[in-house]
Amino acid sequence: MRELCAQCIVAFLATVSFAVLVNAPRSEFLCAGITGTAGWLVYCLCLRGGFSAVGAVFLAALALAFVSRIFAVARQCPATVFLISGIFALVPGAGVYYMAYYFIQGDNQAAFESGFGALQVAIALAVGIVLVMALPGRLFRVLAPGKQGRK
Amino acid sequence: MDEKRRVLELCVDAGETLLANGAEIYRAQQTMELIARSYGAGDFNAYVLTNGLFASMRIGDVEEHAAVRNTPRVSMNLGRISAVNALSREIVAGSLSVEEAFLRLAEIRAMRGYPGWLMAIATAVSAASFGYLMGGTILDAMAALPAGLAVGLFVLRLARTRAPLNKLVSNMLSAGVVALVSLLCVWMLGLVGLRCDLDMVIIGGIVSLMPGIALTNGIRDVANCDYLSGTIRAIDAVLIAAGIALGVGIVLRLAALLPGVRI
Repeated sequence: MRELCAQCIVAFLATVSFAVLVNAPRSEFLCAGITGTAGWLVYCLCLRGGFSAVGAVFLAALALAFVSRIFAVARQCPATVFLISGIFALVPGAGVYYMAYYFIQGDNQAAFESGFGALQVAIALAVGIVLVMALPGRLFRVLAPGKQGRK
Repeated sequence: MDEKRRVLELCVDAGETLLANGAEIYRAQQTMELIARSYGAGDFNAYVLTNGLFASMRIGDVEEHAAVRNTPRVSMNLGRISAVNALSREIVAGSLSVEEAFLRLAEIRAMRGYPGWLMAIATAVSAASFGYLMGGTILDAMAALPAGLAVGLFVLRLARTRAPLNKLVSNMLSAGVVALVSLLCVWMLGLVGLRCDLDMVIIGGIVSLMPGIALTNGIRDVANCDYLSGTIRAIDAVLIAAGIALGVGIVLRLAALLPGVRI
């Protein structure tokens, strides 16, 4: 439990610092951080629940995109702002790096494996996001608290 | 007729601003079409790619005007994307004239990013937190802090050079800096008897350079039927990753040659 809390706090920090790196508006840092934390929490819980890494990333992407769209309506700001900042911790950066690294080391088998793994994760992420993006906007206008949203 | 020409220019400028700041293809396309329709330009067509856009508009009965914009360099600025989004909403609501919209767009393009020192600190914090999230210990995360700070400062310096370096080379150099600083940190911590995992430190350090978002967005483009844009982003991601791996690989190989260094 303490481990999970630490993970969430670090995920929040990571997301906010990444939001700075991609020049997200200052007023959206908190919401971006919450989005990223939600995604990472789902990912951690799924991994503990025995899902594969790809399955966990897929479910995390669903949660991430869902929260982003709710914030998008509530804050009158494009969903991308929350999505790009929040996705940071889940993105298969390390896998892409390992692929190129093993390739240079001459270990083609390992390069292929990590490259393919990274591609699987990226596809799972993208499909999750695309699915949620395809949901009708009306749904999020109902879910978002307070504000009357417009596209 | 001049009025219509200005509308076309406004559309492509807005689209270009979106693309150059890292927006998705469909967002650029939709925004341009929305603006054109709001100003009563019926016959407007746009074709948007990751690194450029083409648009044409029928003006009068016979003339068809065209505009092309090239955006080879993309740097993420979500603040500008969000501002263009707000601007297009106002245009749709009908509260802005074309010239007013141009002024607003110029303001958006002049928006400054966060100051350099904040960027460098954010790079360091993201390096440390990513090292931890990837399974490193707290010590690994702390060791990734200076590596992240170094690469943050280095990237800022690179961005300020007058002739921008080739992407492959600049990523190679940045990753080389990360590997060098990480080696030093791990070595110095080793001197005082603290052991940490060099792999985790380096992965944390290079995270701000890594093309994971480019790859994911590329696949999203493909899912939206923007096949060419998706391919461009995927190739871009592979090129960046190759640069990073080369930089780290070269530094580690060289370090392994030094006497008394074990990797």
